[in-house]
Amino acid sequence: MNGPATTWYLALAAFLFGIGALGVLVRRNPLIVLLSLELMLNGGNLALIAFSRHFANGSGQIFGLAVMAVAAAEVCVGLGLVVAINRRNLALDVDRLSELRG
Amino acid sequence: MNSLVLASTAGNIVVWIVWIVAGFACLASAVAVISFSNPFYSALALIGNLASLAVLYLLLSAEFVAAAQVLVYAGAVVVMFLFVIAYVGPRREEPWSGGPSWKALGAVLAAGALLVEIVLAVSLAAGGSLGHDHTAGANFGSPAYIGQLFLTDHLLAFEITSIVLLIAAVGGVILGSHTKKAAA
Repeated sequence: MNGPATTWYLALAAFLFGIGALGVLVRRNPLIVLLSLELMLNGGNLALIAFSRHFANGSGQIFGLAVMAVAAAEVCVGLGLVVAINRRNLALDVDRLSELRG
Repeated sequence: MNSLVLASTAGNIVVWIVWIVAGFACLASAVAVISFSNPFYSALALIGNLASLAVLYLLLSAEFVAAAQVLVYAGAVVVMFLFVIAYVGPRREEPWSGGPSWKALGAVLAAGALLVEIVLAVSLAAGGSLGHDHTAGANFGSPAYIGQLFLTDHLLAFEITSIVLLIAAVGGVILGSHTKKAAA
């Protein structure tokens, strides 16, 4: 394989996951928490595809595509929640949305 | 023979340069996503992150995944994000005022610990086998290759993915319509 070895890709994926985890933990706007979740999923995806190339086995890419589909489903439900929160005129702040009452 | 070696070295250098540019853009846009106070700019920064990741996928000879990344994420997911952000309206997050600062410190520590844990786990589990990579065939990662895998070895995953997407769509509709009934 030309260019950097698999280890470099894995290091980048780990940093991407870490930045995403930091965003999930620090930010309080649910929209940005969802965007940070996307970053974490993409970090995992990069590691999957790097390993897929490393072992010349396509199953990692299939797993990556499944992760993309799950991310799309998660965005669908998450944004539905944000719209429902907004309709009830609640604050868009995950620290203040601490009760699960219907 | 000499010119062949020279061409291979030049190709290697070009791949390194592309990797460094894409990796830097990836990390910089990831930091931008979590640091903008306006979610609109965060979603725009996520497009840059996804595009640079697509470049990295191309370097890893995953052409179909790179195309799907751009189509599904930058084309559909980010557009949906922007739509909802525009629907919700420009509500800025309040800066750190009420919450104690140990929360932010704890979050940074937890994220750092997670990063260290990932690096340790990967290097302990896979460190020995990462020395040399296997050679991939010419059609590795092409749409035909992925399609064949999806419809032979991973048919169950393919079908379950469609069910997951269907359930998510139904859930989105229920979440969107339930509140209206409750308010009436």
